[in-house]
Amino acid sequence: MEPQEIAEKIKERFPDEVIDITSFRDQVSVIAKKERIVDICRYLHDDPHLHFDFLVDLCGVDYLDKKVPRFEVVYNLYSIKYRHRIRLKAQVPEDNPRIDTVTSMWAGANWHERECFDMYGIVFRGHPDLRRILMPEDWEGYPLRKDYPVKGPEKEWPGFQEVLDKAKAFREFEWKK
Amino acid sequence: MFENIIRPETLEPIVRSVINIGIILINIAIIVGIALFHVAYATYFERKTIGHMQVRLGPIEVGPHGILQPIADGLKLLFKEDVIPQVADRTVFYIAPVIFFTAAMTSLAVIPFFEKFVIADINIGLLFLFAMSSLGAYGIVMSGWASNSKYAFLGGLRSAAQVLSYEIAMGLSLVGVMIMAGSLNLSEIVKAQQTYPLGLYLIPQILGFGVFLIAMFAETGRCPFDLPEAESELVAGYFVEYSGFRFALFFLGEYIGMFIMSSIAVVCFLGGWTVPQFILGIPLIGDILSKIPNIIWFLLKVYFFIFLYYWVRATVPRYRYDQLMAIGWKILIPVALANIVITGLIKLWVKGMI
Amino acid sequence: MEEISRNQPPSDIRIAPELHTREITLNMGPQHPATHGVLRLVLELDGETIVKCTPYVGYLHRGTEKLGENRTYLSALPLTDRLDYVSSMNNNIGYVVAVERLLGIEPPERAKFIRTMVAEMGRISNHLLWLGTHALDIGAITPFLYVFRERERIMDLFEELCGARLTVSYPRIGGVRNDVSQKFLDDLYAFTEEFPGRIDEYETLLTVNRIWLRRTKGVGVIPAEEAINWGLTGPVLRGSGVRYDIRKFAPYDAYDKVEFEIPIGYNGDVYDRYMVRIIEMGQANRIIRQCIEKLPKGPITIDSPFTLPPKGSLSRRDKERFNKDYYSRHFVLAKSGPKEAPQGEIYVATEVPKGELGFYFISDGTGRPYRMRIRAPSFVHASALPRLCEGGLVADVISNIGSIDIVLGECDR
Repeated sequence: MEPQEIAEKIKERFPDEVIDITSFRDQVSVIAKKERIVDICRYLHDDPHLHFDFLVDLCGVDYLDKKVPRFEVVYNLYSIKYRHRIRLKAQVPEDNPRIDTVTSMWAGANWHERECFDMYGIVFRGHPDLRRILMPEDWEGYPLRKDYPVKGPEKEWPGFQEVLDKAKAFREFEWKK
Repeated sequence: MFENIIRPETLEPIVRSVINIGIILINIAIIVGIALFHVAYATYFERKTIGHMQVRLGPIEVGPHGILQPIADGLKLLFKEDVIPQVADRTVFYIAPVIFFTAAMTSLAVIPFFEKFVIADINIGLLFLFAMSSLGAYGIVMSGWASNSKYAFLGGLRSAAQVLSYEIAMGLSLVGVMIMAGSLNLSEIVKAQQTYPLGLYLIPQILGFGVFLIAMFAETGRCPFDLPEAESELVAGYFVEYSGFRFALFFLGEYIGMFIMSSIAVVCFLGGWTVPQFILGIPLIGDILSKIPNIIWFLLKVYFFIFLYYWVRATVPRYRYDQLMAIGWKILIPVALANIVITGLIKLWVKGMI
Repeated sequence: MEEISRNQPPSDIRIAPELHTREITLNMGPQHPATHGVLRLVLELDGETIVKCTPYVGYLHRGTEKLGENRTYLSALPLTDRLDYVSSMNNNIGYVVAVERLLGIEPPERAKFIRTMVAEMGRISNHLLWLGTHALDIGAITPFLYVFRERERIMDLFEELCGARLTVSYPRIGGVRNDVSQKFLDDLYAFTEEFPGRIDEYETLLTVNRIWLRRTKGVGVIPAEEAINWGLTGPVLRGSGVRYDIRKFAPYDAYDKVEFEIPIGYNGDVYDRYMVRIIEMGQANRIIRQCIEKLPKGPITIDSPFTLPPKGSLSRRDKERFNKDYYSRHFVLAKSGPKEAPQGEIYVATEVPKGELGFYFISDGTGRPYRMRIRAPSFVHASALPRLCEGGLVADVISNIGSIDIVLGECDR
């Protein structure tokens, strides 16, 4: 099925949810509200003619000062059976960065959602194990947000300070000259 | 063993015992020295053999063709810092490698290297060997427990289970030999083989030999049964926390274990120190070969098994724990039992009792 | 084993009330010989059986996505080498193809063939390293040294091609950095002639080895439906019997002009993944040969400001072509990126040896990507580790880690 067709189908089924449909180089994105994103995903996953059984990728995007609402969660979907592709984008506002999890449809979403939480601070409701994944557990801030500086923050991460302290404490075991 | 040198009747009993003890001590010193030297060069042999099997050269730097490599390794291990984990059970941690090493070395006492050269020519030689190799398992379990490390602990457990299970298969596989020889004395077993085809028990005891060969690999914890020290799973298994010469004791013990197992195989199945009879049958060569000292024949046969150890190590992957147990209990032990029954029945038949 | 009694025995069994059993928690990694880098697994063991397996990743996180957002399209290329450092060529090509599709440019035919060729070399070198370490983990030490013999030759060929052995950065947006020499092609052809024999050599050691079969058959089984659901790709998915290969279904570079077959597994166990990769090596060899035979003549880069001018061995004609104007234009380009990158967003996936490597760009019309998302196959595969390991034995964890072929540089980005 052509991606444009799929987008139309989604719009037909969820007229109130779909905000916009954009297309760039034959790839179609459907921008939707976040409230019923699980229903949309379930429809895409279960419908026999769409059969999006493969969640290729799930990631967050931060549109600081460019768009309101600030965040988007992007689902890249693919159907191994029909070999068609669609991109679904759910808008997430800054003041309430919460969205429902899609791990019930795609088990592979688990770590992608954890990463999205880690990097953007978007909370996935109903996620089985929502912890930081790439950053240390006690890290402060969300690194991929646009207002997070590229150069490190002024103060050291406490974990690193711990390592330095330990190294100092172990210095007594070094060879004496 | 050197009774004919000393004339017992001319000496006081006390002097006689002192001299006997002295001779035994000298013998022990010779055997320990030679064994340790052999172990050192067995590592060199291993590294060279496997190296060439794996399209590389092996040790090459220390001395010509790396011939001094084992000595350098030994010196390195001696001078290394001996690290003991803070939370280790110190006493047990100290004792464990000693037990392992001692058990392996003590086994050497009953091996007849050539005729009349054996420290303790006891009548239960074979049983003594089994006892000692089981005792070695204590060292492993203790080291695994005392290290207070989970990897060492798992390695120790695996090793205990493995050694105990394969002990049974190995013991049973040799029962056929005992039945045929009618003795547990290793020298007697060698002599008894002379009357059999080719002067070997290999042909009549082929089943027992197969079982023993497999059990031998498991008993010494070598590839493909090197689960207790599987470096990719348990890092190094039971001796992961050991360093310096305590580690070397485990290392030496393992290699001596290989020598012991190979020696048992040679003594029980390949005719010990004797020259194989089919070689004697060949006209010209047989005469020359029979002039070669018995000890050389013994070592040649032993080194054949040692080479087999290395060959297998370079060829096959490692078994999984449950598969190892399955092989031991479901294949080896039934086969060994069948072998005992067959051997017993044939012996009775030969004697005309059935 | 200080505090006991997490698993209270049922109340009706009171044989020895003071004795309880408890799972051991075994921390495997981040420094462990079989975790291929810095993967950390926390295993809960009941004896040797795994009750729970929790992977921890992130020890190699370098913020590649954040860095990519602050660099020009061109200067982010070397970051992709460091993702999957075992097959850096494929990662570079994946990035370059994605950027090209975003910018709407097409490399010349010769460059496409060269890229296909070197990508398959990367695939072979990756699979060789995988085979060696996987076999080493299961206990076969010899294949490890055999594969390094061949991998060394590929590394030497890479060095001859572009000067670097591991992190190559050879492809460029709109082409490749420099042309291949005749000596390179001859050497490569000689390699492809003897490589099938080498594969047979590895196979004699492993494929029908009883112990290898027992260690890999029926271990880490994941059926096709579930594999898709977990998002597994590449040889792992194909090992489960799903015919999905981006090289065939969405061809990039010259993959639509060469013939090759996709091996498909049947049971979805470790052994099938092993066989798939072994056959893939042979197919990659076949592709390389076809590329050498069909290599067309022509330019290696498009005449576009997105490509770096080749340095070093320039012919006189080239020197005239890359005149002063070009260099100044290029300086501006390298400094601040192309101004004319179109606004839009695109997800482009390529088939790297590990699976599907996807780049998702959001461009806001400036010379730097607004968002650069890397869909790393190792990340997804590592997430499926608990599914593969739980219920198995400790030794199976090792087989499973080996069979999904993860590189933590890519997983942690």
